Amino acid sequence: MNLSISPEAVPLIREGIFVGLIIVTVFGALLATLAKRMTRAVLGLVVCFLGIAGIYYFLNSPFVALMQLLIYVGAVAVTICFAIMLAEPDERKLAAKTPGMAGPLAVLLGATVTWVLAGTAIKAEWMAPAVKINEGSVKDVGVSLLTTYSMVFELVSIVLLIAILGSLVIARSGRDKAEC
Amino acid sequence: MLSTQLNTYLFIGAMLFGFGIFGLVRRPSLIGMLISAELVLCGASVNFMAFNNFLAPDPTVGQIFTLFIMAIAAAEAAIAMSIVVAVYRNYKSIETEDLVDLQG
Repeated sequence: MNLSISPEAVPLIREGIFVGLIIVTVFGALLATLAKRMTRAVLGLVVCFLGIAGIYYFLNSPFVALMQLLIYVGAVAVTICFAIMLAEPDERKLAAKTPGMAGPLAVLLGATVTWVLAGTAIKAEWMAPAVKINEGSVKDVGVSLLTTYSMVFELVSIVLLIAILGSLVIARSGRDKAEC
Repeated sequence: MLSTQLNTYLFIGAMLFGFGIFGLVRRPSLIGMLISAELVLCGASVNFMAFNNFLAPDPTVGQIFTLFIMAIAAAEAAIAMSIVVAVYRNYKSIETEDLVDLQG
């Protein structure tokens, strides 16, 4: 059996994968915003992040795609799962509640924001750069992280440390009150 | 070709941002709002990456900025989780309508 793909079919397959990724992203975002159960909303968020990781791969950044999987799917989604487990949202009460005025208002606001942002972006005339000074490969990203952006790189780790300490302090304070 | 045009990516970013705003307004619970806030951050990241690939003279800048956005999003998620836990301990509920008391 001959499994080789003709060179003409490669762009078509590429395009098909890209459209599939967009559909996955939109489906995930819809699930994340509309699902009645919070666990399903988190699952939708994960699906959406997977689609976005694929889109990053199409933008010539495999490193950022990998980081998207590691940080968002691996850390942020798990953190939200912990929040659901620790706070036990009352699913039946939440599901029974109708959005009321918030529903149409949310659709209107979301549609307006999307329309204005997309319209502005598509109407504007973007200037392509005359010359690119590097390829944007993983090696280039590493070099600039440790030269031009080394200070910010260190500061981000301090921000993360403070965030961990701060979240411990905030989550602990309620506990003291419950005990006395 | 869709995947070689800047406008496609900008539209995806705008759409994710719109979904995030939609969820922020619609959700009646704190965790739902947290999930929507992550969508907003992701929309901004997609925009940065699109401009980085098509328009930036130095294509590492957008990637590094996106990495920093991810770090901030992780910090935000951790702090938001602890706020949700603290609110739940005090009110036994995480619905936004129940959180109406102030304590001076």
